[in-house]
Amino acid sequence: MEELKEELKGKIIEVLNLEDVAVADIDDSDALFGDGLGLDSIDALELIVLLDKEYGIKLSDPKQGKSIFESVNTMADYIAKNRTK
Amino acid sequence: MDSPLYISHYCKIEKGLISVDGNVVFHADEAPFSDFIKQAFKHQQLDYPKFYKMDNLSKLAFLAAEVLLRDEEDKEDIALVLVNKSGSLDTDVKHQESIQDAANFYPSPAVFVYTLANICGGEISIRHGMKSEQVFFVSDAFDATTIFNYATYLLASQKAKKVLCGWVELFEENYKAVLCLVERAGTKLHTINNINQLVKN
Amino acid sequence: MNCVTPLGLDLQCNWTALLKEHTGIDVHTVGSFKNIYTAKIKNLPTVHEDLTYLETMLYLAIEPLIRSKTIHAKTGFILSTTKGNIDFLSEGKSEEAQLNKLAVKIAGLFGFITAPIVVSHACVSGLLAVSVAKRLIQMGQFDEVFVLAGDKVSEFVLSGFNAFQAMSASPCKPFDAERDGVTLGEAAGAILVTKSREGALVEIVGEGAINDANHISGPSRTGEGLYRSISSALNEAGIDATAIDFISAHGTATSYNDEMEAIAFDRLGMHEIPVNSLKGYYGHTLGASGLLELIISILSLQHNKLIPTKGFVNRGTSKDINIITQKMDIPLTYILKTASGFGGSNAAVILKRVNG
Repeated sequence: MEELKEELKGKIIEVLNLEDVAVADIDDSDALFGDGLGLDSIDALELIVLLDKEYGIKLSDPKQGKSIFESVNTMADYIAKNRTK
Repeated sequence: MDSPLYISHYCKIEKGLISVDGNVVFHADEAPFSDFIKQAFKHQQLDYPKFYKMDNLSKLAFLAAEVLLRDEEDKEDIALVLVNKSGSLDTDVKHQESIQDAANFYPSPAVFVYTLANICGGEISIRHGMKSEQVFFVSDAFDATTIFNYATYLLASQKAKKVLCGWVELFEENYKAVLCLVERAGTKLHTINNINQLVKN
Repeated sequence: MNCVTPLGLDLQCNWTALLKEHTGIDVHTVGSFKNIYTAKIKNLPTVHEDLTYLETMLYLAIEPLIRSKTIHAKTGFILSTTKGNIDFLSEGKSEEAQLNKLAVKIAGLFGFITAPIVVSHACVSGLLAVSVAKRLIQMGQFDEVFVLAGDKVSEFVLSGFNAFQAMSASPCKPFDAERDGVTLGEAAGAILVTKSREGALVEIVGEGAINDANHISGPSRTGEGLYRSISSALNEAGIDATAIDFISAHGTATSYNDEMEAIAFDRLGMHEIPVNSLKGYYGHTLGASGLLELIISILSLQHNKLIPTKGFVNRGTSKDINIITQKMDIPLTYILKTASGFGGSNAAVILKRVNG
């Protein structure tokens, strides 16, 4: 699980072009949206693509994203339970 | 038209050089565009993480507007009139690559949104709070007559207080931006010839 | 004026189909998108072997307008498109996909003397192009301008809207409570804007195109840019908001867009004015939509007849809005056409009936 979280942080930084943010800067429980990393609606859509591309998870209802993308913890949990690759 | 209009300031980004009113404000030695523009952005010492999410055309246009407008006040009514040759083709190619292969079909929303040429204008508007008239033209060569007339119309009709207009072209490693700020005060007259000289030289 | 759409290859066919409330939306396969709802033209004839599909649409739209006209040195040509011949990219032909190449080719077919101007400003392009024509005529650059707008349904755009989770699973439902996204469509439209009143159908009495300065993909929550665009147009026209008899809205059927429009109209005190969206007939035709819907609105003005909003059943916006649900006969003097799009763009044009 820890490995997945670290991998996930690296991927988030990469696909969302988070300049000057390092893996070590993101806490597992940090809020990704709002005050945390300050991500916006396009970033949320990009995370949906990330789930699909890297882990073979298709979100049929984008509204699900809200709880899944709360933090690295919630994302990693969801991926671990639902990944197909 | 009533009172004369002037090009109060202009900026140029080309071949690793950024200049304002003819004075070099940043220079980087040979570097790919992405490195050059990042260095130039850091040089501005601006806390604006959204910059890194932009496509290359937007980065170019954003920085050109930034060096011209950073000391401007009251920017809400500055209109934006932009033109280039390649539209958003540079990013269009990237989006196409993401859908070219059916087995690896992952279009990115963050790329797709930039497959419209006017998004770079939207980025400038957001940064400077310009709730103003805006248009994006595409033409093979810079059409100074249309830009001159359009900018003049916006000021004469009082649909804008000032107009930021010019050329923002980027495709792969070829880039050039020349923006002029047109208003009622200044020394260099707003004429077709003057705009043409600034953009084409 | 003229248009080429899934409802017909000329103006009259389109009007007849709209009166019967036919829709151009049907199930199609576009590239890797199997059996999805789009409004695609069926049986587009071949005009010339060397014209692409989009070029053929554009040709068919503008040719009847130009046929009897003489092109002179002060005749302008404005092309509105978002993606032009974008399909060339899948063949690795980036040079051919350039928008200005398309404009130059069409201009060459009809012998325009002045260099073509391309307006590529997301989904407001078609409407903004009419403003640009008017403004350049006012500046004396042109005496008349042929405005041509077109976009086709492509895998390129479909894949992007799909990644944006913006595609509707069923034919789009503008302003409806159950709306769930856009249906894409394709069309071309052409109109002649001239400084001469003689023979004119309508007068452009005011227009504006003001940015939200809020977000590159989402519309302003307060409808600020649209509010200001309409205010600017009303100001130029010298009329009150309530003088408008009919609004042809953008109405893409995305949750945020339609809500934003309802807010902007409400802020202007326009919530009682009859409004329609034509997206339920044509889908979202991108760079063509603003012009196509302006053309249909002019037909409404000519016939004093308003077309209902196909796909709308129950209001799904927080503010009151008077969506047209049945064909209406009503005397029309002033009509307002609006559009909004990516990049925070908005446009508004007010037309007035020309009497005699």
